[in-house]
Amino acid sequence: MPGAIWAIAELDDEGQPTRLAQELATLARGLAAEAGADATGVVLGAGAATVQAAGTAFATYLPTILTLDVPGTADHAAAAAAAPALAALVRERRPAVVLVGASPDGKDLAGALAGLLDRAVLVNGAAVRWADSAPAVEMSTFGGRLVTQSVPTVEEALILVRPGSVTAEPAAAPGTVTAVMPAATETLPLVRVVERVQAEAAAASIDDARIIVAGGRGVGGPDGFGVIRDLAEALGGAVGATRAVVDAGWIAYSQQIGQTGKIVKPALYLAVGISGAIQHKVGMQTSGTIVAINRDPDAPIVEFADLVVIGDLFEIVPRLTAALRARQA
Amino acid sequence: MRIVVLVKAVPIVGNERLGDDRRVDRANGLEANGNDEYTMEAALKLTEAHGGEVTLLTMGPAAAAEALRKGLAMGAARAVHVSDPALAGSDARTTATVLAAAIRRLEYDLVFAGADTSDGLGGVVAPWLAALLGLPYLSYGSRIEPGPDGTTIQVRRLGARGYDLLEAPMPALVMGTQVLGEPRYPSLRGIMQARTKEIATWSLADLGIPAETVGAGVAGSRVTSTALPPPRAGATVVREAPDVAVARVIDFLAARRLI
Repeated sequence: MPGAIWAIAELDDEGQPTRLAQELATLARGLAAEAGADATGVVLGAGAATVQAAGTAFATYLPTILTLDVPGTADHAAAAAAAPALAALVRERRPAVVLVGASPDGKDLAGALAGLLDRAVLVNGAAVRWADSAPAVEMSTFGGRLVTQSVPTVEEALILVRPGSVTAEPAAAPGTVTAVMPAATETLPLVRVVERVQAEAAAASIDDARIIVAGGRGVGGPDGFGVIRDLAEALGGAVGATRAVVDAGWIAYSQQIGQTGKIVKPALYLAVGISGAIQHKVGMQTSGTIVAINRDPDAPIVEFADLVVIGDLFEIVPRLTAALRARQA
Repeated sequence: MRIVVLVKAVPIVGNERLGDDRRVDRANGLEANGNDEYTMEAALKLTEAHGGEVTLLTMGPAAAAEALRKGLAMGAARAVHVSDPALAGSDARTTATVLAAAIRRLEYDLVFAGADTSDGLGGVVAPWLAALLGLPYLSYGSRIEPGPDGTTIQVRRLGARGYDLLEAPMPALVMGTQVLGEPRYPSLRGIMQARTKEIATWSLADLGIPAETVGAGVAGSRVTSTALPPPRAGATVVREAPDVAVARVIDFLAARRLI
């Protein structure tokens, strides 16, 4: 039997596996079925009760869950604190594939892990299939203009997977949760968290949102984002933005989509007052459906949208929000 | 404060293509990776406020020197360009290994790296490098400041709902984001001065790295196929009055089961 397929869980602020973690678990299950291997989830966190609770939640998706209590992650940057223990566990059990989410925390963890292990590292995975006794990783590259498929050149691989690779689905029956304590042989320098500061009103995350309503310069100013927020709320989506409006201070960087912001792939991307410059396009071009509302019929976004409404966004967006709300009522 | 700023010369965004060897074509015009210019700016500001110098470090083909020249014009004191034909087709492992070897030959208090590169989108080289060098790793920085007693560095790490204030003793590796602030434009004087600044070119032999241990031959993955994404059908353009347009948007979204 080939080595197991592992999914490393990332936990949210409430200690529950994130949607990305649920997708990784679903992906691991599918790959394991194709490979004839075991699928295992790994949960890392501070405190036995915390990892047990997260492990139980993750067991909804996978037959076997291993939990690691890494006390250092409570008040230190998590990647360096957790990577040595996880590396020890990987060395001990030799899974064929370790799946890590391509989120900021996931990339930090994967990089630290890669420095401790001798594995093929494949990044930026949009989808993973099992082909000829190895994982084949599909990547969307160059801002969505090219799709490549890559395979590892050695037997053991670490694969970073972006949000949206599969639709998360619970397993038929919940799995078992086992606490493990691998003996870490190395350490990485710890970085202390002096303070954790929460933003006053954190916006919904764009990372794994199904619907994103994004605003650009066309919204005119910070107040203009009011109509964007209302529409996002009516659609149950998150608010996105272009770099220009983030630079202008109209909205937080966490919502920025594009070259130096986030790359997203929602089912619906509604671009409002966004011209569609290349730096923005590379962050959203692979979205399922793209709808643009713009005054300029010659804006670049017309070239790669599915539906374009030409007109004044302040006349159209509030009416659209009202119509959606009336439809839901 | 001596700061080494890592710079990746990437294909100009929008012009990227694969060569016949299925590797990123780097002969078609290169520029400094967008995120690297923010860390470059942050490094210059720190050295201006607290003393010290900025050294740029890149690994890449001959054309990568252009990206260094701009950083020198912005105010970096010197640059190191690791270049060797054997490095073509390098993966993240080789990149981290070679950069680690180069950094070990430099004197520094801090190493700066930008978040994701626009060509690879991996985001793993910086933490990988920190692990190889045994340096504390402070990532996704939105602000970088020396700690109260001057022996530590403090970094605000952006999170989904705010930030964590991180602190570590120097030397350390800091990865930064766009929130650090707009990079300056090189002044005419800076551009003139940059012409006389040194760009040291180091080969693998200079770093004591055997050529057969790096590059495409030892890459952890290989591309087996490439394809163009399915084309979009072309946009339906709606030009009617707002009420009619809104009804058409609703019908469109409903037909696609998005609402």
